[in-house]
Amino acid sequence: MSEEIILDVKDLRTSFFVDDFEVKAVDGVSFKLPKGKTIGIVGESGSGKSITALSILRLLEKPGKIVGGEINFKGNDLTKASEQEIRSIRGNEISMIFQEPMTSLNPVYTVGQQIRETLKVHQGLGKEQGMEKGVELLKLVGIPSPQERIKQYPHELSGGMRQRVMIAMALACNPELLIADEPTTALDVTIQAQILELINELQEELGMSVIMITHDMGVVAETCDYVAVMYGGKVVEYADVKTIFKDPKHPYTVGLLNSIPRHDIDVDELEPIRGSVPSPKNMPNGCRFAPRCPFATDLCMEELPDLGDVSDENLVRCWIYSERWDGDPEVKEHGPKRTT
Amino acid sequence: MAQKELLKVNNLKQYFPIKGGFLGRTVNHVKAVDDVTFNIYEGETVSVVGESGCGKSTTGRAILRLDDPTDGTIEFNGEDLLSLNKKEMRKRRKDIQVIFQDPYASLNPRQTVFQILAEAMEIQDVVPKDKRRERAIELLETVGLNAEQVDRFPHEFSGGQRQRIGIARALAVEPKLIICDEAVSALDVSVQAQVLNLLKKLQREFNLTFLFIAHDLGVVRHISDRVIVMYLGKVVEIADKKSLFDNPQHPYTKALLSAIPTPDPEAKKERIVLQGDVPSPINPPTGCRFHTRCPFATEMCKTDTPELRNLDNMAEGHQASCHHIEKIFSGDLVSKY
Amino acid sequence: MFQFIVRRLFQLIPVLLGVTILVFSLMHLSPGNPAHIIAGESAPESTVQQIEERLGLNDPIPVQYANFLKDVVTLDFGNSWRTSLPVSTELWPKFWVTFELAIYSTIFSIFLGLIAGIISAVRQYSVADVSIMLVALFGLSMPNFWLGLMLMQWFSINLGWLPPTGWGTPEQIIMPVFTLGTMGAAVIARMTRSSMLDVITQDYIRTARAKGLKEKVVIYRHALKNALIPVVTVVGLQFGGLLAGAVLTESVFAINGMGKLVVDRILARDFPVVQAAVLVMAVVFVFVNLIVDVSYKFLNKRIDLD
Ligand SMILES: Nc1ncnc2c1ncn2[C@@H]1O[C@H](COP(=O)(O)OP(=O)(O)OP(=O)(O)O)[C@@H](O)[C@H]1O
Ligand SMILES: Nc1ncnc2c1ncn2[C@@H]1O[C@H](COP(=O)(O)OP(=O)(O)O)[C@@H](O)[C@H]1O
Ligand code: SF4
Ligand code: SF4
Ligand SMILES: [Mg+2]
Ligand SMILES: [Mg+2]
Repeated sequence: MSEEIILDVKDLRTSFFVDDFEVKAVDGVSFKLPKGKTIGIVGESGSGKSITALSILRLLEKPGKIVGGEINFKGNDLTKASEQEIRSIRGNEISMIFQEPMTSLNPVYTVGQQIRETLKVHQGLGKEQGMEKGVELLKLVGIPSPQERIKQYPHELSGGMRQRVMIAMALACNPELLIADEPTTALDVTIQAQILELINELQEELGMSVIMITHDMGVVAETCDYVAVMYGGKVVEYADVKTIFKDPKHPYTVGLLNSIPRHDIDVDELEPIRGSVPSPKNMPNGCRFAPRCPFATDLCMEELPDLGDVSDENLVRCWIYSERWDGDPEVKEHGPKRTT
Repeated sequence: MAQKELLKVNNLKQYFPIKGGFLGRTVNHVKAVDDVTFNIYEGETVSVVGESGCGKSTTGRAILRLDDPTDGTIEFNGEDLLSLNKKEMRKRRKDIQVIFQDPYASLNPRQTVFQILAEAMEIQDVVPKDKRRERAIELLETVGLNAEQVDRFPHEFSGGQRQRIGIARALAVEPKLIICDEAVSALDVSVQAQVLNLLKKLQREFNLTFLFIAHDLGVVRHISDRVIVMYLGKVVEIADKKSLFDNPQHPYTKALLSAIPTPDPEAKKERIVLQGDVPSPINPPTGCRFHTRCPFATEMCKTDTPELRNLDNMAEGHQASCHHIEKIFSGDLVSKY
Repeated sequence: MFQFIVRRLFQLIPVLLGVTILVFSLMHLSPGNPAHIIAGESAPESTVQQIEERLGLNDPIPVQYANFLKDVVTLDFGNSWRTSLPVSTELWPKFWVTFELAIYSTIFSIFLGLIAGIISAVRQYSVADVSIMLVALFGLSMPNFWLGLMLMQWFSINLGWLPPTGWGTPEQIIMPVFTLGTMGAAVIARMTRSSMLDVITQDYIRTARAKGLKEKVVIYRHALKNALIPVVTVVGLQFGGLLAGAVLTESVFAINGMGKLVVDRILARDFPVVQAAVLVMAVVFVFVNLIVDVSYKFLNKRIDLD
């Protein structure tokens, strides 16, 4: 990757301290995002996707704390930035949209008031200019009759509309990086298609970089350039999008792909991953995936593998691809089997 | 398939009154389900799909008699459920069970798994008291849980395991029809796949019939024999799975299918992005309810309500309700965007 | 909004009608012939009969009620049976005293309660939070006449800083308002705290932070307005309790207000004054709640009261 890297996250670790117990929600997340590209962060619920996103903007709630790692945004480590510095970045250089469009807007202020606020804080725009720019933004995100809509309260808008408003608000100051945390999970597919198309278009138009957090491999395939697969608070595989789907190396990535019921082709039998996601309170010591992995060996149970190069394209956290692998030689040769 | 018709829903209507005004008069109606007709054969899985609020759950609730439908008939095994009184209906509940989306909310947190299952058996009195424990363990094993887990509480289980308990409870009374309302929607994909496989296995073993309500078309393709597509309280298309996914006829079905992101970055697809939102079911659009968003809508669509019909280019039993199927098929009518 | 207010005013009619029936029956069903009491212990039967005749006490009950209702509608409550002065002359000065006491106390409790509640919520589990909640619990569990007596003991008798009784000067106002307002302040503080804590975890607060707003702006602009919605309802309910508490507070500080008047006149069976007083209080209570509803609607645009 010779492009300019806008965001470089290195071994990020974020924990929640509850009753003298450390819940390691994010425990070693690394990825690089080239400027103008989209990276997908995928994983099942509880794998640490949202906490990763919140950590980048330092929006963690109380018992949560970044305990290690670096978040380099344009060469500036955000974990070390002052409160004031980070505030001037939020909503300005890095914006975020959330999963729940229904509850993410303040119910007691109009759409216009909420958009104007961002413009005022970062660009010092007054009421009239703010209103003008607000209407422009609503038009940009495809809201019909923006003049009227801007005076409405969130409850007067549908879910899809609210998500458009959230996007308008996020785009108000032309951010260089947009973090979208499951922006379409709560929406119907036809509305999801609208929103994803909108984000794609705006990205091209404005040259933004995007972090797309999702649990839907379909969304990843259609929107991302690079993918980081998370499991148990860790990135287990990182590659460009084609490689992730065509030549996945980590047993979890493969398991995930084999579990998806496809709407475009017939699959006789799904190949689910056995067991379920471990709770963060009793994470396995070795490889987090070992209790569910069909290839696990004693080594996997005891020692945690590093995220290492496997090929030019993949970074994988798995013992299979190391010299120390003493399990099934077949897997090492061909990788875990795709069934779909 | 010359099979036995297990369930027959005819012209089902469910209007919910909207109270308002000075004295709380009924000022309007939500037409949640408006003239829906379909049938289900014994041993098959029929799915109902559509966007949020299109009336999927309401249809399911009507069959269970959880609401009182405004009009129509629901024949189960040749008997009209809507003409039964409360007591008779309670007996019929043995044959029709339901599994909901939220496995946690539908299990009593203060009951152990055994108590949950025993209660279901007791209500319908299907297993004598001294055999219930044995049966409970058998049920757990059927759904892939351990015998030792029979005395645990719901909160000690993961989401997927709770859904298995829900399935075991439904199976406890040996039902004929199980209505699954978004039964796998809240689960992670890897676990969802386990539950889907389980449902398929159980269907084969016990000759179960499923009415499967879902919004995920991947899941629907995987589990169904036939699929019903609903839009704003109406059935817009109904077909066997293969025809529906490979040869959809209704413009809405086409848009819906094309909107789903495909987990394959190299798949080439033509996306139909519909404009606008689903209109309110309170005053739904006249004529064809889809005309406000349909890329093929003509003047006629605004006034005339289309009927479900089967044409030459469609397989047997495949029906769609659109005035212009022929013209769209022949290319005489082209998309407006 | 206007329509809503008009509608609410109309809805008051049955409520007030109910109040008149209640007041009327309570007085008329209570034992003791008012004519006897007015005439005095040893008055001859003929005098009593004369009084009964004059006051219309011999009319059938429905007729008496109709007459009472007519008085209410024409806002002319006639004269006191006790002093023969017009009821309004008797009532107004006393009403103002009580009204002032109640209003000052309400303002006091809202002000103190909100500030304490916000501090508590923003610094959850801090020393400040724990102390405020302890004091609030104390304020809730202390009967207000007791608090009044304690204050009087300290500030009037021991320290001699404040006058023990009376109403009018700023010094006289402090202790009664404190006495009457403490309970409300405690309730509002607790309510504000829990409501704030609830609001702070909402998604839109996270959105506000993600915009790069200062924490102060997040709290005061985004959280507080939402948190106030349930608090406003509590304020309305508190006001009812306040009117009742006022009677006790007045007797502790020997304030010559409605409380004292009503108690005196109940004993004297002075029906016109008592009925008018209770009615006025009910009207005030109902109007305060109307104001609460209106501000509720104003704060919470989601609620469509039309
Ligand atoms: N008890 C009720 N009173 C009034 N309206 C109702 C009631 N129940 C459902 N509705 C309305 O009927 C319509 C259909 O609802 P239903 O729950 O069947 O939707 P659905 O297709 O299951 O959607 P989802 O995918 O969100 O579950 C909706 O507009 C809903 O708001
Ligand atoms: N406030 C909190 N207190 C304790 N644990 C938390 C808190 N928020 C999140 N976690 C834990 O952190 C982990 C990652 O959460 P999250 O990033 O939200 O997952 P997701 O990948 O679904 O977005 C989960 O195991 C979750 O239980
Ligand atoms: S390290 Fe071992 S257990 Fe973990 S994914 Fe690789 S093979 Fe499986
Ligand atoms: S009837 Fe008209 S509006 Fe309805 S789907 Fe067909 S073409 Fe579209
Ligand atoms: Mg999340
Ligand atoms: Mg539903």
